[in-house]
Amino acid sequence: MNAAIRGRSRPVYMDHAATTPVRPEVVEAMLPCFSERYGNPSSVYALAREAQVTLEKARGQVAEAIGAATEEIYFTSGGTEADNWAIKGVAAANRKKGDHIITSAIEHHAVLHSCRTLEKQGYRVTYLPVDEFGRVEPAAVEEAITDATILISVMAANNEIGTIQPIAAIGEIARDHGIPFHTDAVQAIGAIPIDVDSMGVDLLALSGHKFYGPKGIGALYIRKKTRIGTFMDGGAQERGRRAGTENVPGAVGLGKAIELAVAEMPENVTRLTAMRDRLIREILETIPDTRLNGHPTERLANNVNVAFRYIEGESILLMLDTLGVAASTGSACTSASLEPSHVLTACGLPPEQAHGSLRLTLGSQNTDEDVDYVLSVLPRVVERLRKMSPLNPER
Amino acid sequence: MYSERVMDHFMNPRNMGEIPDADGVGEVGNPACGDIMRITLRIEEDRIVDAKFKTFGCAAAIASSSMATELIRGKTVDEALAVTNRAVAEALEGLPPQKLHCSVLAEEGIHKAIDDYRSRHGAREANGG
Repeated sequence: MNAAIRGRSRPVYMDHAATTPVRPEVVEAMLPCFSERYGNPSSVYALAREAQVTLEKARGQVAEAIGAATEEIYFTSGGTEADNWAIKGVAAANRKKGDHIITSAIEHHAVLHSCRTLEKQGYRVTYLPVDEFGRVEPAAVEEAITDATILISVMAANNEIGTIQPIAAIGEIARDHGIPFHTDAVQAIGAIPIDVDSMGVDLLALSGHKFYGPKGIGALYIRKKTRIGTFMDGGAQERGRRAGTENVPGAVGLGKAIELAVAEMPENVTRLTAMRDRLIREILETIPDTRLNGHPTERLANNVNVAFRYIEGESILLMLDTLGVAASTGSACTSASLEPSHVLTACGLPPEQAHGSLRLTLGSQNTDEDVDYVLSVLPRVVERLRKMSPLNPER
Repeated sequence: MYSERVMDHFMNPRNMGEIPDADGVGEVGNPACGDIMRITLRIEEDRIVDAKFKTFGCAAAIASSSMATELIRGKTVDEALAVTNRAVAEALEGLPPQKLHCSVLAEEGIHKAIDDYRSRHGAREANGG
């Protein structure tokens, strides 16, 4: 029986929404910052000034990539810190104005759990529902606004199902009402065009390792005049708003990676979309009782998310892993909780189908041969697990 | 994350399937939690001569079902009832803490299948008497 499953194995990494390999050009740009240009940008001598110049160049690269001004970019330890800072910082600075926050049910936990913390402190949070494709309705954002609303936070694109949100439409509503608008763009950088002005975004979180940059570095864009508290107390780094000696190598890597990601976006999107659409089409055609999660067209070019009925996601992942394929699932069985993905359940999937979801996220090194290989092994994995399942009606 | 024994029972499950006209059937679990186990038993003279499982769940759930059915085959009903979730987990060379509930589910599945057998068996005896 295992002969059908084993046989030739090929290493295929299709979990680029989790993390990406660092590009050689990025590593090369970072390397001198470790042992040659190691100065602390806060010091006064030449070595430090050199580090300061390097850091500000990287800040400019990040700003350029999202249409911001250089001084509106604040380096953080990653996307999670940027989201935490945006939400808690704006909430704290506007406490006298109001206590109401609007977000969506499908945000990343960095946003959702920040909101939960604020709820414990007495803030009120509206978690907007999404449609079956995972889209937030802009009109629903407007309806949720009250006199006490001090922040709107809706992600640019979802990490699990890849659904792209109507950010510009929500941004316009936020601007009309004079409410700060934060977007978690961690999955969106290098995947969709981002321009903070035309999208009406006041705060934006991004993370280096999602676009072939290093881990441990991200940034928060803060539009000038946005009221926000400090996140880290200490030295005067990051214009006095985020203390701590700057991660100069990380920032340099982030700057280089975002520059390359944005420059190469058009050709990457074309290439990845073709692979994505072939994967989706052939999986749905060849494997019965399967559905696509997320939006058919308004989705990230690299995201495939399908639900297989009657089987559980972690089992699928482990069998794929023995065949060399690295993927991800919305099933809770990979974590300590028993709850399936909050994103898939918000889209209306019953729990057993949410448990049976598989996420494949494509990236720079994937080829058509990788797609062929996944399409050749996946039906056998699904069939094998379905034979074991008491839910399968074909007994 | 998983022991070699868990991976072996996951990739090469023992006793996978369903006994037709089984003497005892136990289905436990809940789709919301992502685990459903269905244990079927063939019992002759109070001895489990065959045990099979079907499981919807993670690798730990599948391996626990496989190991549990292995452990109770050939045992008397009373001996099978003494097989604990700990015994299943130990036979698998351990389970990660967040997966221990899978071995609990296997124990519950066996108990439920035996309860089903006893209620039917008892009912038959009562009818006969």
